[in-house]
Amino acid sequence: MPTGFITNLYVFVLAGFVGFEVIRRVSPLLHTPLMALTNALDAIVVVAAIIIAGRQGTALSATLGAIAVAAAFSNMVGGFLITDRMVRMFKLSGRERKQS
Amino acid sequence: MTTAQYLPDFVYIAAIALFVLSLRWLSSPATARRGVLAGEIGAALAVVTTLFNPELVQYRWIIIALAGGAAIGIPLGMVPMTAVPQRTAMSHAFGALAAALIGISEYYMRLPNINKFEMTEIALEVIIGSLSFTGSLIAAGKLQEILPQRPIVYKGQNYVSLSVLAAAIILALMLIFNPVRTAVFPLMVVISLFFGFLLVMPIGGADMPTVISLLNSYVGFTAALLGFVLNTKVLVVAGALDGASGFILSVIMCRAMNRSFTNVMFGAFGQLQVSAAGTVEERSVRTATPEDAAAILEAANYVMVVPGYGMAVAQAQHKVREFYDALTKRGIDVKFAIHPVAGRMPGHMNVLLAEADVPYDKLIEMEDANTEFPQVDVALVIGANDVTNPAARTDKSSPIYGMPILEVEKARTVMVIKRGMSPGFAGIDNQLYYLDKTLMLFGDAKNFVGNIVRELTSGGGH
Repeated sequence: MPTGFITNLYVFVLAGFVGFEVIRRVSPLLHTPLMALTNALDAIVVVAAIIIAGRQGTALSATLGAIAVAAAFSNMVGGFLITDRMVRMFKLSGRERKQS
Repeated sequence: MTTAQYLPDFVYIAAIALFVLSLRWLSSPATARRGVLAGEIGAALAVVTTLFNPELVQYRWIIIALAGGAAIGIPLGMVPMTAVPQRTAMSHAFGALAAALIGISEYYMRLPNINKFEMTEIALEVIIGSLSFTGSLIAAGKLQEILPQRPIVYKGQNYVSLSVLAAAIILALMLIFNPVRTAVFPLMVVISLFFGFLLVMPIGGADMPTVISLLNSYVGFTAALLGFVLNTKVLVVAGALDGASGFILSVIMCRAMNRSFTNVMFGAFGQLQVSAAGTVEERSVRTATPEDAAAILEAANYVMVVPGYGMAVAQAQHKVREFYDALTKRGIDVKFAIHPVAGRMPGHMNVLLAEADVPYDKLIEMEDANTEFPQVDVALVIGANDVTNPAARTDKSSPIYGMPILEVEKARTVMVIKRGMSPGFAGIDNQLYYLDKTLMLFGDAKNFVGNIVRELTSGGGH
């Protein structure tokens, strides 16, 4: 078993717990923006796709890489865009706004 | 190694930190925009740094693909709020596609030098990625109403689906024992794609919020697995965060419907519909006109609106906002009780109401709403059905028994806006409609609420 796997497993387990604790605190009001935002963050796979599309390799891997770049980048752009549109819509009522 | 070689790693670590902060700031609407900004900065830093990677020898396809991605992503980011569930399912599909394609590409790049361990990682990643891709496409098709929304079920379905999954696993095992079996790999991909199709086709209707959350977590775990394959920590972290989020939302959705994961995945609702359909009987209900309804509402001090997806279908949310304004102007307290599965995806109803400018401090969760109902003068149900059915608490023989509901029957008066007496998603008759305190307001939600608003504003308080 490669040592890289063990290190990645540490990272995965810790990140899972961080994710669990942070996301548990997200108000149910914002569960739809949450899903849109995590989609956009998950689109970070685009960095792996860029390497595969642009490195020295076969035509097949470059093609698969390029499609992956387009698919992931569309999520990144669209995900942040729609999350921002949604969270901008959440406003307090007049009375509450004056108090805060 | 020089320090400069580690620069990308430092940037990726910064990106990860920004991602965690991004989710942290999403906890409340007041800081949510800052959260989006943090995520954007982290993602931009990571992408730009990667473009300077010395491994890259050609940029043409990268540039074209980035431009193409932006050209698809921008319109998908501009869809109307009612279409957000299908957009989300589409983005699950894109995320799964990207991860699966990278895994496939890695397999062919590494041939013939793949050890058993690497092959296990790649096979698992490609199987989950592929099934999430087709599963998400089917979910998007159902939500967009291109595909039938009703669950599609047939005899022996679970056996067929499980056999297909078993076939994919057997092919994966064959590859692990001998990774150079290049004919087996594409077959494994095709069968995994087919399994994703079989997995989501039988699920529909009220289970869509759960399915979309489950697919969310699959896509996250695919990205994390890809991080293992490529030994890229930023993918492991982003995938773990996304996977955890999807998992938490799935648990919340299942709890809100009193279902287990297996129950959702292997669809019990489809069978129950049949048994429940025969028990509907003719009983009398009390009806009211917009004038009657307005008169009762004027006399109220506290009104609770219970919106369901039917409200969004009728495009009534902006009329509901006018209704809120008209009552608030008269000093009547108006709040909105939101069931966790009120929309087509987690939190969907809140977004629809926020879009119509209903202040978010007036949107309250189920538990809080249920402690309020005994003080509520009028509960107005718009386009919601099963989530208000008292049978879920009282009738052990009901298919929805045990499902947490909004206890609207505890309000002094209940009004239900509905097109007709047809049963809801689960095909179950609603006891609420036959109570003495219940008034049925038959008609289109948008028109009916509009008529009530007209009465409230023109009446001038008598």
